[in-house]
Amino acid sequence: MGHSPFTPGVVAGRQTAEALSDGFADLHPPLDDHEALVAADRCYFCHDAPCMTACPTDIDIPLFIRQISTGTPEAAARTILGQNILGGMCARVCPTETLCEEVCVREVAEGKPVEIGQLQRYATDTLQRQGVHPFERAASTGKTVAVVGAGPAGLACAHRLAMHGHDVVVFDARSKPGGLNEYGIAAYKSVDGFAQAEVEWLLKIGGIEMQYGKRFGADLSLEALKSEFDAVFLGIGLGGVNALGIDGDDKSGVRDAVDFIADLRQAGDLTELPVGRDVVVIGGGMTAVDAAVQAKLLGALNVTIAYRRGKDRMPASEFEQDLAASKGVRIVFNAVPKAVHGNGAVREIEFDYVSADMTPTGETLRLPADQVFRAIGQTLDADGLPELDGRKIKVTDAGRTSVDGVWAGGDCASGGDDLTVTAVAEGRDAAEDIHQTLTGAVR
Amino acid sequence: MADLTSDFVGIKSPNPFWLASAPPTDKEYNVRRAFEAGWGGVVWKTLGAEGPPVVNVNGPRYGAIWGADRRLLGLNNIELITDRPLETNLEEMARVKADYPDRALIASIMVPCEEAAWKAILPRVAETGADGIELNFGCPHGMSERGMGAAVGQVPEYIEMVTRWCKQYYDKPVIVKLTPNITDIRKPAEAARNGGADAVSLINTINSITSVNLDTMSPEPSIDGKGSHGGYCGPAVKPIAMSMVSEIARNPATHGLPISGIGGITTWRDAAEFITLGCGNVQVCTAAMTYGFKIVEEMISGLSQWMDEKGHESIADFCGAAVPNVTDWQYLNLNYIAKAEINQDDCIKCGRCYAACEDTSHQAISMSEDRTFEVIDEECVACNLCVNVCPVEGCITMVPMEPGTTDPRTNRPVEPNYANWTSHPNNPAAKAAE
Repeated sequence: MGHSPFTPGVVAGRQTAEALSDGFADLHPPLDDHEALVAADRCYFCHDAPCMTACPTDIDIPLFIRQISTGTPEAAARTILGQNILGGMCARVCPTETLCEEVCVREVAEGKPVEIGQLQRYATDTLQRQGVHPFERAASTGKTVAVVGAGPAGLACAHRLAMHGHDVVVFDARSKPGGLNEYGIAAYKSVDGFAQAEVEWLLKIGGIEMQYGKRFGADLSLEALKSEFDAVFLGIGLGGVNALGIDGDDKSGVRDAVDFIADLRQAGDLTELPVGRDVVVIGGGMTAVDAAVQAKLLGALNVTIAYRRGKDRMPASEFEQDLAASKGVRIVFNAVPKAVHGNGAVREIEFDYVSADMTPTGETLRLPADQVFRAIGQTLDADGLPELDGRKIKVTDAGRTSVDGVWAGGDCASGGDDLTVTAVAEGRDAAEDIHQTLTGAVR
Repeated sequence: MADLTSDFVGIKSPNPFWLASAPPTDKEYNVRRAFEAGWGGVVWKTLGAEGPPVVNVNGPRYGAIWGADRRLLGLNNIELITDRPLETNLEEMARVKADYPDRALIASIMVPCEEAAWKAILPRVAETGADGIELNFGCPHGMSERGMGAAVGQVPEYIEMVTRWCKQYYDKPVIVKLTPNITDIRKPAEAARNGGADAVSLINTINSITSVNLDTMSPEPSIDGKGSHGGYCGPAVKPIAMSMVSEIARNPATHGLPISGIGGITTWRDAAEFITLGCGNVQVCTAAMTYGFKIVEEMISGLSQWMDEKGHESIADFCGAAVPNVTDWQYLNLNYIAKAEINQDDCIKCGRCYAACEDTSHQAISMSEDRTFEVIDEECVACNLCVNVCPVEGCITMVPMEPGTTDPRTNRPVEPNYANWTSHPNNPAAKAAE
């Protein structure tokens, strides 16, 4: 197409197909058998292991690693999936450096943790490659549950409910399942269509009907779902994106990072996906890093992440920051966007440099930009919801909302970090509570 | 799903994994926790006779050897039998057995080699409701100096005599625990069977000194500058234990005598191997002492998965399956000829196979300028050393030669028929092949 990283504007084809293929390859190539045994050998099988405590889904990590080391990765997978049915995706996208691996005694002692995420992937991939679904559905209870949202929370909830014998219908606004696993994660963290393959595998439990193109608020109402089903679980995620709220933020070229990431994940041919020459990402979380790194991989010449606070406050982990830096992304700290300049389309973005307490220092920064991505947090985007707690659905421990018979979990619900693994835990726990409520069964 | 339930000489347990008589089974607190963790049975720490209990040293009781990354490979101990009053142990055993009727609870006993001593303790053990007894004829340290433990186990006549007393005064299964500190394990096993034993268990620990402190010149573990040999156990002793188990399993005089396998069992695979060599169940100690009771979960999941993969529905399905394949050297097929083969795709060019073969074996591996290592079939005797020292599993394999092809080392054709040393022309005592 004749374009290069130097071509001005938002254009496609800045990189060759080969360069794109290399750039978007698996971030952490899977361990082979020998590598897995060597990695597993480093685990001390700690008592009351810190890694296990740090895992939002409470996976028995020492046990599954021991099962790998004794040649039974399939048993290891069962240990993992019994707690976290999306253990395969979590092995790929969990920020292990701030969860299990951060507290691994070997990280604390030596600065070199056991590679828990990679070992988890080794185990779950082994079982899923065999096409084995390790759980059986209990006899039908005759109870029906609506799950709204086919993201990590909804899928985990649906699977656990189906396992207990309930009939589940999962509704999703999009045309494919997976939620952020399918639409919201950097492509190099989940290659080869893994998100879809995992959902297909998960559905082998049976008893789950999927309905796509059904948006909560538009096609579905809480009242209707409540009357039709014995229970409702809301795992609708955060559909909205916070606005910049500054002059010129409606200029063309300014868009939501999540949309860019979704377009990229759904693109059949990355050589046809346009990206700016000078890209600026506003935000400091994983979404900001995912958008920035991918923009760079697509061939953007200059990519800058502008974060309003200091490095120590940045939500994206040290690992993510280093990843961005290694790909050539510049991270600017203590910069608050002030105005977007340009004539119709964005040309430049202007920042105030601020101090730690967010007071403007009087110094400013102007960056050339033909594309600006907003990654400053997402918001609930629906009406007719149960009572909110701040900007999320208010829930008690097991996901109970203010409305009887309605549970919620994942990013849309209060409490917990906005992580895939947290969503899985919340979906699972809500399912157990729903099961108990519907049948009187004690867990 | 495989059925892991175990019926060992009539003693039932939900799985074949018992904790051996040792520190982990010293008291009610531990045993309850072991059962909660999933262990199928427990052999209670050895009881002594009524009266003042034995005393233990107050310095280190254990010594160890380690592999790289400090993986514990061998452990030795100089701890004696229980140092708590007999009555306390018996009361606790009765309570635990009542609360865990589905688990096996075995009393290990070691009292002086006198009929009266055994006659006195057996009814008291019977009252606890324990499922059977294990006679500790194995401990090689301390108690053996007092004429008990291994001192009995080293004299087959004593084994037979005491076993007979036990069968006379106790009506539940009697398991005789054997010491490996002898030259021929078949003799004590035969004695146990002759005395009426329901089963044998082995191995107990091996006489050992784990290390010497080169500053103080004291063996470890060191008690105020002196050391005493201890009992060696852990992964390092497994090959010794398996050989002894197999000897008993294939000895016509003891074939079929139930065996409880002990010795370095650390994973499900170790357990499966012991069972294929004729063990009805297994006992574990060092692995639990190294990693905690939780390891039984891996043993259960692993054995269950393997049994499912192999289509074994119960432990009995593969118990003893490898025994017919344990034979004497003289019956090995001398017409079986293999050659080492190095997979060049897997080879990482470390050269360890070359060093081993060139320096210490048959000079059957060549090395090129670009570090390509290849087997010289004209020299290779298939000794397997290259396989054993290669750091890459599966990189070097032993490939059998097809009958009819010519072995380049001997220039003789590979014979299709089985022929062993007993009929070999070089054997002065050779008999004509049948």
